[in-house]
Amino acid sequence: MIESVDLSTIDWSRAQFALTAIYHWLFVPLTLGLSFLIAIMETIYVKTGDPEWKRITKFWMTLFGINFAIGVATGIILEFQFGTNWSNYSWFVGDIFGAPLAIEGIMAFFLESTFIAVMFFGWNKVSKGFHLTSSWLTAIGANLSALWILVANAWMQYPAGMHFNPDTVRNEMVNFWEVLLSPVAVNKFLHTVSSGYVTGAIFVIGISAWFLLKKRELLMAQRSILVASIFGLITSLFLAFTGDGSAYQVAQKQPMKLAAMEGLYKGEKGVGLVAMGILTPGKKAGDGKDAFLVKIEIPKLLSVLGYRNTDAYVPGVEDLIQGGFKPEFSPRPAQESAIAISVEEKINKGRTAVTALGIYKEAKAVDDKAKSDSALKVMKENFPYFGYAYLNKPASAIPNVPVTFYSFHIMVALGVFFILLFIAVLYALKKKVLEKQRWLLWLSVWTIPLVYLASQTGWIVAEMGRQPWVIQDLMPTMAAISKIDASSVVITFFLFAAVFTALLIAEIMIMKRQISIGPKEGGTK
Amino acid sequence: MSIETLQSYWYIIVSLLGSVLVFLMFVQGGQTLIYTIGKNEEERKMLVNTLGRKWEFTFTTLVTFGGAFFASFPLFYSTSFGGAYWVWMAILFPFIIQAVAYEFRSKPNNFLGQKTYEWFLIINGLLGTVLIGAAVSTFFTGSEFSINKTSMINLTDPIISRWEGPANGLEAVLNWRNVALGLAVFFLARVLGTLYFLNTIADENIRKRSKKHLLINTIPFLIFFLSYVIALMVYPGFAVDPLSGTVFMEPYKYFHNLITMPGVLILFIIGVMLVLAGIALPLLGEGKRGSTGIWLAGPGTIFTVLALFLLAGFNNTAYYPSTYDLQSSLTIHNSSSSHYTLTAMSYVSIMVPFVVAYIWYAWKSINNKKIDAAEMKSESHTY
Ligand code: HDD
Ligand code: HEM
Ligand code: HEM
Repeated sequence: MIESVDLSTIDWSRAQFALTAIYHWLFVPLTLGLSFLIAIMETIYVKTGDPEWKRITKFWMTLFGINFAIGVATGIILEFQFGTNWSNYSWFVGDIFGAPLAIEGIMAFFLESTFIAVMFFGWNKVSKGFHLTSSWLTAIGANLSALWILVANAWMQYPAGMHFNPDTVRNEMVNFWEVLLSPVAVNKFLHTVSSGYVTGAIFVIGISAWFLLKKRELLMAQRSILVASIFGLITSLFLAFTGDGSAYQVAQKQPMKLAAMEGLYKGEKGVGLVAMGILTPGKKAGDGKDAFLVKIEIPKLLSVLGYRNTDAYVPGVEDLIQGGFKPEFSPRPAQESAIAISVEEKINKGRTAVTALGIYKEAKAVDDKAKSDSALKVMKENFPYFGYAYLNKPASAIPNVPVTFYSFHIMVALGVFFILLFIAVLYALKKKVLEKQRWLLWLSVWTIPLVYLASQTGWIVAEMGRQPWVIQDLMPTMAAISKIDASSVVITFFLFAAVFTALLIAEIMIMKRQISIGPKEGGTK
Repeated sequence: MSIETLQSYWYIIVSLLGSVLVFLMFVQGGQTLIYTIGKNEEERKMLVNTLGRKWEFTFTTLVTFGGAFFASFPLFYSTSFGGAYWVWMAILFPFIIQAVAYEFRSKPNNFLGQKTYEWFLIINGLLGTVLIGAAVSTFFTGSEFSINKTSMINLTDPIISRWEGPANGLEAVLNWRNVALGLAVFFLARVLGTLYFLNTIADENIRKRSKKHLLINTIPFLIFFLSYVIALMVYPGFAVDPLSGTVFMEPYKYFHNLITMPGVLILFIIGVMLVLAGIALPLLGEGKRGSTGIWLAGPGTIFTVLALFLLAGFNNTAYYPSTYDLQSSLTIHNSSSSHYTLTAMSYVSIMVPFVVAYIWYAWKSINNKKIDAAEMKSESHTY
């Protein structure tokens, strides 16, 4: 009997990873953003000496602490899950992927947890200057945590700075700086941390708006809104800017993801950007149906966003499957830039690489140098398509288009909305009419869940849009898993789902109570 | 530096992180004692708060241990975590609930109730210590797995590491030696926990009970620890032929390792002596000296555990042996990262002393006084 991997293990492992990552990502953005807002507020306190600012700082800090604890709780599973559920992956790319994870622990996590302790316990024990420095270092530490893990994630989207070693059967790092400073990593980091800043700003504005609506803590609320909306406006503009940078990178490095984000099946020159649209349900690549039931399009904009050229050719899903067009993105290997090949051919090339690897191994075992050298040459030529070998049909290379499309459009629409909201709030504040604009205050409160939605949909675009790849072109999910029973993963999936959900409920309940208690000294009972 | 040097260097770093982790599990040990030593709400609050100021270090050390092992010995990471799935899940799970327990315990409207969060701490203290101890013991007793890197050529089943044990790692608890080390770590953590209370809490009742439980836990600790060490010396071990890389069973292997590496022997003896001295101090002395036991037993634990890790990996020994297929066993040479990655990581490791220095400095500036009941009322942030 030919053994084969259990397909449901793949799906459950994916589900479990998505579940734990999504939960982790519920708490991380607030840590990233609120830590900076707290540091800014404390700076104002130290500069002005006004005790009200200290009270404000401490109030937000209490909420920060509640959120932080559960962020840590959800992180530990992710750290080990690469081993437990993606063990083949961990060997295949561990030589590159492990380093950022280790650096994160050594530098960022210890930094953060040490200075958080000073932040919470140091008020009456250390000098004002030292305390302030610790608050800033907490924020910097949190952002360093994000840096390393995002570098690791970016590398999966765009593997750089490595080569494949056939003797160890894995990829090995050859250039640390290429891994760290790849354009995908830089964009990903900037876009993601700034999404955290926007989250922090909206959280502070929303809760302060609630105080204004309840006519409580007016001074605290107004001051907090002022700081948060300035911070939010600046960072949300930057967020849109880096989002554009991310889309440009996707167009260059992951054209299939771009096509899915835009629901583009058939490519053409000078493509427009779909501002809003409804996809035809049940649409499959190559079935000739129209992709959209309705859409509103901005002419030429997709070509501009993707290639900075109004007439650039953007390939659609079907073109990428069939090949035969002249790509404007930078494909790997570079020789393909003349004319794109079909996924079918890529699968064949991938299989050639895998077979050559087998021949190489056998020849090496019996010391047949001529044979192993020639096999190695074939393997190297075809290695850029290595992962395609494991796909059983060309259509497997297509991600889930509707999910990617809608997620992307929700994120972008909300991004524009947040900018407008910050402007409106600032304007009302300046005109001294904010307290009377109850609709605007309620809108601010209800924007809190929306910012979480935007952030989650962003990750869904990034992660589901790259399916079936764990490592772009080199390793599909099916080759990445551990040899475990699906039933084991099912059990842990539901265990995590239950525990995380219970903890989330606890967190929200505690958070709500602490908010309604308001900024008493310290905030605990 | 040569690849061999780098591999040894990283094995030492990872071992050091593991040893520091075992020491820092005084937090877990202390957690299992909150009802035993804390007889009323006020006392428990002091215990939980003194532990609560350190739990993140234990946690972060565990995370860093995992990350550093992944980066330096990825084959261990993928084989052990992916194979002994259930053991690792059972270890990680209690750490999730621990992480929220401190912050949420005394907050109003906390959904699950204060008692539940306290039980989270106890579960973490129990499972975390016993299972981590048992997992470390498999470095000497072996596990059932096989590794075949050419699996990647098989397009329908490309998985490299396979677990051949029936229960994805849980079978480890069927081996009495693994259980013995697990329990030794558990009781040691409780011993260290009491020493930590003696060091940080100024409260007569807590001090009295801590001393009592120090003695009570020392006895089983010594029994389990000594039987483990004796067994370790007399059982055969997993040796590697340095020329061919072949793994074979060698009688008295770990005893041989101990005498061929006198440095490790000395480390081990000093470590054990320090632990014993740390336990003896408060039992013999009153006053200031009686509360400094942790400063001897802590480093003692680090030295002892470090010596054990070095016995498992150095002197041509397979540190993560497979009893299913000896030749699949992992050695520090066949499981490490590439020369380039190990070098890059070594530059990063230069940061570690600075990290330790800032942790030390920050804690010194906020922690110069023992916890007492009065502080629990005046402090604005308590657990
Ligand atoms: C508050 C949340 C938020 C908001 C309002 C936006 N984003 Fe975003 N976006 C994220 C939060 C986010 C994120 C969660 O941070 C992601 C997920 C992965 C990543 O790199 O960042 C992301 C990913 C992401 C990606 C995919 C990157 C990849 O696949 O590697 C693109 C192309 C954009 N974003 C583009 C935009 C644009 C053009 C926006 C318009 C304003 C925008 N985002 C607003
Ligand atoms: C914290 C924010 C993140 C969220 C919300 C998120 C979301 C997701 C989702 C939804 C999936 C499932 C996709 C699918 O297979 O259907 C997934 C898979 C995965 N993600 Fe992420 N992700 C996050 C961060 C990361 C990071 C930082 C990494 C890497 C360092 C990562 C690595 C992976 C891996 C290995 C998988 C499994 C393989 C796969 O199915 O694609 N994720 N993630
Ligand atoms: C899937 C990959 C990820 C892994 C393995 C991971 C791992 C962890 C771990 C183990 C912790 C607890 C650290 C501690 O001991 O204090 C943690 C916390 C944290 N992580 Fe993640 N994480 C992942 C994704 C992310 C992403 C995508 C970001 C940010 C962009 C991020 C940012 C943070 C931050 C800021 C913290 C500290 C504060 C908090 O948890 O709220 N992580 N992470």
